[in-house]
Amino acid sequence: MNFLRKTLDKVKPNFEKGGKFYFLHSTFDAMETFLFVPNKVTRTGAHIRDFMDMKRNMIVVFIALLPALFFGIWNTGYHHFLSIGEDPTFWGNVLYGLKKIIPLYIVVYAVGGAIEVAFAQIRKHEVNEGLFVTGMLIPLIVPADIPLWMLAIATAFAILIGKEIFGGTGMNILNPALTARAFLFFAYPAWMSGDKVWISGMMSGENIIDGFSGATLLSQAAAGSTNFVNGLGESLSVSDMFWGFIPGSVGETSVAAILIGAFILIITGVGSWKIMLSTLIGGITMGLLLNILEVNPYMALPWYEHLLLGGFAFGLVFMATDPVTAAQTERGKYIYGFLIGFLAILIRVLNPAYPEGMMLAILLMNVFAPLIDYMVIQSNIKKRIKRLQKINS
Amino acid sequence: MLSKKNLKLLIDPINKNNPITVQVLGICSALAVTVKMKPAFVMALSVIFVVGISNFIISLLRNGIPKRIRIIVQLVVIASLVIIVDQFLKAYVFDVSKQLSVFVGLIITNCIVMGRLEAFAMANSPGKSFLDGIGNGAGYGAILIIVSFFRELFGSGTIWNYRVVPQSWYEAGYSNNGLMILPPMALIIVGIIIWVQRSKNRDLIEKN
Repeated sequence: MNFLRKTLDKVKPNFEKGGKFYFLHSTFDAMETFLFVPNKVTRTGAHIRDFMDMKRNMIVVFIALLPALFFGIWNTGYHHFLSIGEDPTFWGNVLYGLKKIIPLYIVVYAVGGAIEVAFAQIRKHEVNEGLFVTGMLIPLIVPADIPLWMLAIATAFAILIGKEIFGGTGMNILNPALTARAFLFFAYPAWMSGDKVWISGMMSGENIIDGFSGATLLSQAAAGSTNFVNGLGESLSVSDMFWGFIPGSVGETSVAAILIGAFILIITGVGSWKIMLSTLIGGITMGLLLNILEVNPYMALPWYEHLLLGGFAFGLVFMATDPVTAAQTERGKYIYGFLIGFLAILIRVLNPAYPEGMMLAILLMNVFAPLIDYMVIQSNIKKRIKRLQKINS
Repeated sequence: MLSKKNLKLLIDPINKNNPITVQVLGICSALAVTVKMKPAFVMALSVIFVVGISNFIISLLRNGIPKRIRIIVQLVVIASLVIIVDQFLKAYVFDVSKQLSVFVGLIITNCIVMGRLEAFAMANSPGKSFLDGIGNGAGYGAILIIVSFFRELFGSGTIWNYRVVPQSWYEAGYSNNGLMILPPMALIIVGIIIWVQRSKNRDLIEKN
């Protein structure tokens, strides 16, 4: 630590006004504040000071995402070896997964970082830390085989149109990671949906054993079969779904790993438990409603299985709770979360064009979040005016 | 040939007073007809024709139109012109006419036409009104062609129906961007044009 501090202090004058690297000052600033809590003190007004600044917040989310990432790496390899009929070893799976997923991260951080730094220089603000979590999230919500150039374009789109246009981190209306996924989903549907993309190596089609199916559980359900099977046709139990031995996007499959992340977010107060809880209730409500109606086998799917499938758990813990795009008022958070869960299951079951509704539900509610806040605040104002009139009369 | 003032009438709507990016009129048809360049171009020509001629006619009639029924008189003129355009397209470029389908008829409700009649033709001489109409139609058309250029290039890999993205790219793993075919992308491209335009012309930025 001391060594780092000394090195930073030594090179710092070069980046200050008049130094030869002044044009890179925001980049330096980003590195410095990333490593150390900044020593800038506000001079006027009363402030509560806390070491939990935005960078520390982001690091908590980063740590919370690690279990899902590690499981995703293993799962990518596991399903690949399952599809080519080899007996997978633990390290074989992990190595294969790393080979697939590390390039995704390199592309996302390189493209996103370049745009972020360029904007910081042009608009003369600091390099924002938002990219740190966005970049961590994007590879977790795409299939492991997504072509890298598509990922690069989607990342650029998400950072530019999803975030920088609105003024950078903290000003965006839509969750940037989900914007990237939505872009991929609509722009390159062949690589983002269907029965082949979710198993790594299946799109190129080599050595796949006969009769192997890469259908996700949600597409099996949409096809009318709720006796879920894996690619080889062996049936899957609820505990398989919970632990995540199912095909899907990189980080979304294991509810167990996501729950560890949720625990970290709630304990540290970084993610709002209100949103998580209400999203859960929303999902359960819709699941139960569909169970009551029950006109096709998909609607009869038990409500708890809905929570374990697809991106529901991942979206609930990491996407819906994004503090920038979620509702800000405490009562608004309940409405916001409930509608996400409710709509996600609704889209999933009733709209055949979209096998998974979590992404669309969250993006839709992102758009409505300011409206919900407005409603909550207005109703509060009305309540207080009424109270005042009562006292006066 | 044209005095400076008249030239300004013609040029201004193409950039600084563009009906789509500055006045934000006529967005709906800009989203609908810009998937391919050819229909967008034909649509642009149709709108230039309708706005120019209707501006001219209304300006001629402006002193004889009773104030209370002016909208209906304007509509009669616009509708007749649009029907002429529609029949003309059906006769000579049937395939494009089919692609444009209802949007040719909807020029009647295009806010640009009505807007120019109300704001300009009712108060200016026929010559000036004609130039203003042509200018505004061209401003609309320019945006349509820019948007459709990007949408067709990235969405279909063609320009004016000629393949520009070589087949070898597709074999190497390139694929067309499906989002470009969908209307939201047209809105985003119009947004980007607005962004570029306003960062060049700082005085266009609204104060809030």
